[in-house]
Amino acid sequence: MGKTLAEKILSEKSGTEARAGDIVIAQVDLSFVQDTTGPLTVRQFQAGFKSLASPRRTVLFIDHAAPSPSGALANDHIFLRAFARQSGCIISDVGDGVCHQLVAEEFARPGDVIVGADSHTVTAGGLGAFATGMGSSDVAVAFGLGRTWLRVPETFKIEVAGNFQKGVSPKDLILHLIGLIGADGATYKALEFGGEAVRRMSLSGRFTIANMAVEAGAKVGLFPSDEMTRKFLVAQGRGKDYQPLSPDADALYERIIAIDASALEPTVSRPHTVDNTAPARELKGTKIQQVVIGTCTNGRLEDLAVAAGILKGKRAAPSVRLIIAPASRRVLLEAVAKGYIKTIVEAGAIILPPGCGPCLGLHQGALGDNESCLSTANRNFEGRMGNPKGFIYLGSPATAAASALRGEITDPREVM
Amino acid sequence: MLKGRAFKFGDGISTDHIIPGRYASLRSNLPELAKHVLEDADPTFASRVKPGDFVVGGQNFGLGSSREHAPLVIRMAGVSAILAKTVARIFFRNAINLGLPVLICDTDKINDGDELEIDLAAGTVKDITNGQVLTFGKIPDVMLKILDEGGLIPYIKKYGDFKI
Repeated sequence: MGKTLAEKILSEKSGTEARAGDIVIAQVDLSFVQDTTGPLTVRQFQAGFKSLASPRRTVLFIDHAAPSPSGALANDHIFLRAFARQSGCIISDVGDGVCHQLVAEEFARPGDVIVGADSHTVTAGGLGAFATGMGSSDVAVAFGLGRTWLRVPETFKIEVAGNFQKGVSPKDLILHLIGLIGADGATYKALEFGGEAVRRMSLSGRFTIANMAVEAGAKVGLFPSDEMTRKFLVAQGRGKDYQPLSPDADALYERIIAIDASALEPTVSRPHTVDNTAPARELKGTKIQQVVIGTCTNGRLEDLAVAAGILKGKRAAPSVRLIIAPASRRVLLEAVAKGYIKTIVEAGAIILPPGCGPCLGLHQGALGDNESCLSTANRNFEGRMGNPKGFIYLGSPATAAASALRGEITDPREVM
Repeated sequence: MLKGRAFKFGDGISTDHIIPGRYASLRSNLPELAKHVLEDADPTFASRVKPGDFVVGGQNFGLGSSREHAPLVIRMAGVSAILAKTVARIFFRNAINLGLPVLICDTDKINDGDELEIDLAAGTVKDITNGQVLTFGKIPDVMLKILDEGGLIPYIKKYGDFKI
């Protein structure tokens, strides 16, 4: 019997014949925290350990409250910087970007096991890493031991055929899938993506999909490592990190879900759950006061290119605050070089520093009472964007840009 | 044997309901952070909960963020166990890592305010108010050992490594 991607990676990293349902102890290739989970992780680490197992594969990212909106959070940043100096680990500071984007650009390798104290650690599954979010205690132990325990997950295979239609993107695919199976439809499972639409999909799109695997409850969202992966790694100056990786043809899947990409439409998640999905066209007329394009889900160069294409030569509706948060400094620099930032600012946008932006309600874009936002982020929970009386809709960069122009939720095909 | 009152919540209680991101500036000041436990689900919870009480959820309890502060503030409120129909993966692991039991059972049978008696060894929840006895799913061995030591860090300090 062949193996799924999850079984292959965990077999390699545990030195066992790992099968779904087994409990294994796996080598951890990269462990990281961000500034809202990092201080607790460091304190837990210090309660149990004296030194890091692998300082150069341990990273602290300051991205959630960057730059800090308060003295207390600035003090947390000081605490993390001091720990980095003392322990020899890597620190990524204010302005570098969102941890998951930087993990993809600089650290993650196909076949790695990665644990991060952030639920969207799953993003690196886009390049074939078994990457999963854990809490501070688990990551503290990974810091100290370089190992973690994992239950080998059963796998749902998502077979995506066909071609995306104009105005439809990988974001619409993952929102559609979560709407289909539910916010707990894949709890404890691995999602493994394949099929012709996946083979043609850029790494940017793969990261968007992997990023949201956790919104269906999944432990990981895994993509094969193939020619597209190799090209991505070469572009990051990391061609040597490439290795091909694919599931066995006779792997055993708990469930196989077939999706025809050509039948998908621009899709939106309505408040307050990600699985509360509807076609964007059905929400026409829903007024919004804020649009956010960015975050670890959709803050990459391709996303800003799509937004700039729709916004070029136009103005966002005066009733809308259009907020852009590039996922990393590299993304910002490339978007400047290509003229996307100029186009977007001319359309009335506000550019935030690379980082998490308003996604988790910490700063820079909290909602007022009864205000609605269309965001390219991954969560629309009650209270998420700083106010339990706010309403969050999730969509693609194209849907976000089109909605910014009209001041109401808009199917992007109407303006393209 | 654990005894206390049930505080009943609905389906889909997220980590943002339990402790929203807007309080991230209090995460290095845990006593202040804990005052906001479950605030966006029930603003009166923090003032009414007593040591030993139980948080009773529905489907997919604890979905969302990996913030271990979520089970931590529930534990700090004195809650002795969380009961739910299903629980999100990261939250489950985090709660056990802090020594806080999470029990999977049919919580539809429990009403808000019911007096409960939980026998962790026998795997039973007795609802004293309505007389029903529920059984809860087995906690995996590896997690049971972590729970027995009061959490992951005490477990690692004792054993030095994972013992599976």
